[in-house]
Amino acid sequence: MATGVDERPVRIVDAPLAPPAENLGLLSVFKRRYLLKLLVQREISGRYSNSILGVFWSYINPLTQFCVYWLFMGKIMGADKGMEYYPIHLFAGLVIVHFFTETFGAGTRSLLGNKGLLKKMAMPKEMFPVASMLVSLYHLVPATLILIVVCVLSGWTPTWEAVPSLLLALGIVMALGTALALVFSLANVFFRDFGSAVNIVTNYIRFGVPMMYPFSMIVDFLGDKSWIYLLNPISDAVLLFQQAFWIGVTKDPEATAAKHLPDNLWMWGLGAFGASLVLLVIAQVIFSKYENKIPERLT
Amino acid sequence: MTLRQAQDAGAADSIVVDGVTKHFTLRYHRSIKDITVAKMKGRAISNTFKALDDVTFTIKQGESVGLMGLNGSGKSTLLKLISGVMRPDTGSVKTRGQIAGLIATGAGFHPQLSGRENIFLNAAIYGLSEEETAEIYDDVVKFAELGDHLNSPVGNYSSGQYSRLGFSVAVHIDSDIFLADEVLAVGDKPFKKKCMEKMEEIRDSGRTVVYVSHAAGSVKRMCDRVICLESGRLVFDGDVDEGIEYLHYGEDDGKSSAAQKRLDAADSALGAEV
Repeated sequence: MATGVDERPVRIVDAPLAPPAENLGLLSVFKRRYLLKLLVQREISGRYSNSILGVFWSYINPLTQFCVYWLFMGKIMGADKGMEYYPIHLFAGLVIVHFFTETFGAGTRSLLGNKGLLKKMAMPKEMFPVASMLVSLYHLVPATLILIVVCVLSGWTPTWEAVPSLLLALGIVMALGTALALVFSLANVFFRDFGSAVNIVTNYIRFGVPMMYPFSMIVDFLGDKSWIYLLNPISDAVLLFQQAFWIGVTKDPEATAAKHLPDNLWMWGLGAFGASLVLLVIAQVIFSKYENKIPERLT
Repeated sequence: MTLRQAQDAGAADSIVVDGVTKHFTLRYHRSIKDITVAKMKGRAISNTFKALDDVTFTIKQGESVGLMGLNGSGKSTLLKLISGVMRPDTGSVKTRGQIAGLIATGAGFHPQLSGRENIFLNAAIYGLSEEETAEIYDDVVKFAELGDHLNSPVGNYSSGQYSRLGFSVAVHIDSDIFLADEVLAVGDKPFKKKCMEKMEEIRDSGRTVVYVSHAAGSVKRMCDRVICLESGRLVFDGDVDEGIEYLHYGEDDGKSSAAQKRLDAADSALGAEV
């Protein structure tokens, strides 16, 4: 029979009486970096598990897209008319756009895909969308290296703007991608429709940013209303990537920049980054409001 | 009882559940088409049910409490609220210190990861660092007795192997509160025996134990207090024997002497067969 309570020692717990598994949102994610690291490693090995080509898919996807766009948009439809190094223009855009669409897509699926853990263990649920973003960032590295090599072979003379442009573009996509991944992963738990809606947005994004065509085409089309086009943070990120890589490859960088980049690109970029951070805060508020319903709706 | 009085005077509160209610939404129809059809036919689109209804109790540090009740009475939901996996709709749950344990027979594992990787992931979710996990790793592996299977994906494990690994990780976490939900439902007899001994060891080290089981024998052996749930409401809180009596678990087979025999038999089999 059970030993009496008074005969057993009682452990003195030096901790306050508090709600179990307190969650500070993204702050908790940052605090628990070791767990985040394990989840990122798991995602990296898990995203292409049971596939023969494995991680090569993250190269094959953008490369095949590149070939299709280059051939059909560039050569057949003539979007490359009058543009130097159109393939680099295209590829630079593709690299950063792919980072965004991968974050958005994988992030949206992240909560549903980890229901085994979420239904049984208490942890900050923001971990999963953030981990998806970091995995996409990891996949961005080789593509960027390829881009740099191609640029150097094409006679690249990097300007001082290259590194800050690159970092600002990454900052925009990281913040915006995480914000959207948070909201859509949550929404996807309640209504699977959101997973399908992501594909539509992804398609729009590929055509809605200056990678298959130069920004000057938009200026020709929209005239002095082309600021509307720049309200899309991904457009700004893509233009920053063009500024970082493509401009430096062309013969007369200053003339190219004047023709194909908007005025005040830095202001647009910083504005887009600020707006993305605001969206991230809003996304966190929405996530915190509904996250306690997640375990019971994961079926 | 003197046991209770001694405890009330001494130990600090470990788990405080105060007026907790939890609703679940049952949905019959999800798509617009289904909802329209249901509306036209005058059927309900969804209804909610109360998994827990105004449950209030306090567990002191060091107590070992058996949580009993029929299937669907809210035991696992209550454990999920205590562990922090879910949060109550109204009321509050407060706990003191580190929590570890099993909810609804299995741990949260990732099917694609190997047993080894899952040990590290699971321990990290409990808040252990890499070094802390490395320290307990050998004990976890030894206790789980999985041999070569440790390197194959957890998705390929049998239900017994799965719960072995989950239980092994949970018991090796230095927790202040240990939650055990039907841990003995799967697993073979020698492993059940080992689990029972390990849980007694946890209890005897002064940690709080909440033990969910349908087996009167093992609850008698493990616990010094029983809480019974019925359709989400707390219907009994008190002495173990009275609690088991309350649920009529002992009388299922008619005569009381036969029931006592069965209890003893269940005890020796560590109970999970009830």
